[in-house]
Amino acid sequence: MLLIFFMVSTVLKEYQGLSVILPEAEKIEKLETKRHVTYVWIAKDGTVSIDDKLMEMDNVRHIMYEKRVNDPQITVSLRADKGSNMGLITDFHQELREADALKINYSSRTEA
Amino acid sequence: MPKLTEGRRERNVEIPMASLADIAFLLLIFFLVTTTIDMDKGLGIVLPAKGEQTEVSKKNISNLLINARGQILLDEDQVALRDVEPLVRQKMAENPNLIISVKTDRRTTYQRYVDVLDELKQANANRISIANPE
Repeated sequence: MLLIFFMVSTVLKEYQGLSVILPEAEKIEKLETKRHVTYVWIAKDGTVSIDDKLMEMDNVRHIMYEKRVNDPQITVSLRADKGSNMGLITDFHQELREADALKINYSSRTEA
Repeated sequence: MPKLTEGRRERNVEIPMASLADIAFLLLIFFLVTTTIDMDKGLGIVLPAKGEQTEVSKKNISNLLINARGQILLDEDQVALRDVEPLVRQKMAENPNLIISVKTDRRTTYQRYVDVLDELKQANANRISIANPE
């Protein structure tokens, strides 16, 4: 039984992403579904990675627009470093607004 | 024909089952180790659409500013992070239509922003607007 459970639930493909330290928060909610989620990493130095591909901030809108056209219910799970500044995050917000991908989730972990 | 069946019985063929438990356990341990239960949790928010501007009367807006040093200004009063929740809760009780407009400096840290959003979420403030930094 256990064996079957783990065999079924194991996901071998893991996104690598960038090395970021997620911010801490208390009132966090679970993402409703994983099917419509795109993961975006933003490191402290301003590196942006979408689905394991590094890119410039200016190109985010094109990628996100394509994704939104393919899946209108798309949610962006933003995994930004807790030390990154809001300038970067705001730029990213603007890119998302340009691409009309408006549902965003600030990925965070529970406070220890 | 009877000879054939006799012959089969005599051969007594069996698959060795002793190693089955070992294999099953090995697989179980492998999957136990490799499984990572993905914790996709965070603070959800919906950004305003581009070019979308709605006129909101001033009394329905509460401004929350965060400067580069992480200090918080709520409607012209400087407040500590832990006081944001009770104050917003109180304001929401007075005016259920209240919109909290969060504005940060470009140098504010992301952690501080998430902390403040977290406080707003705890105060059940669902109408949050993110203003662009100046």
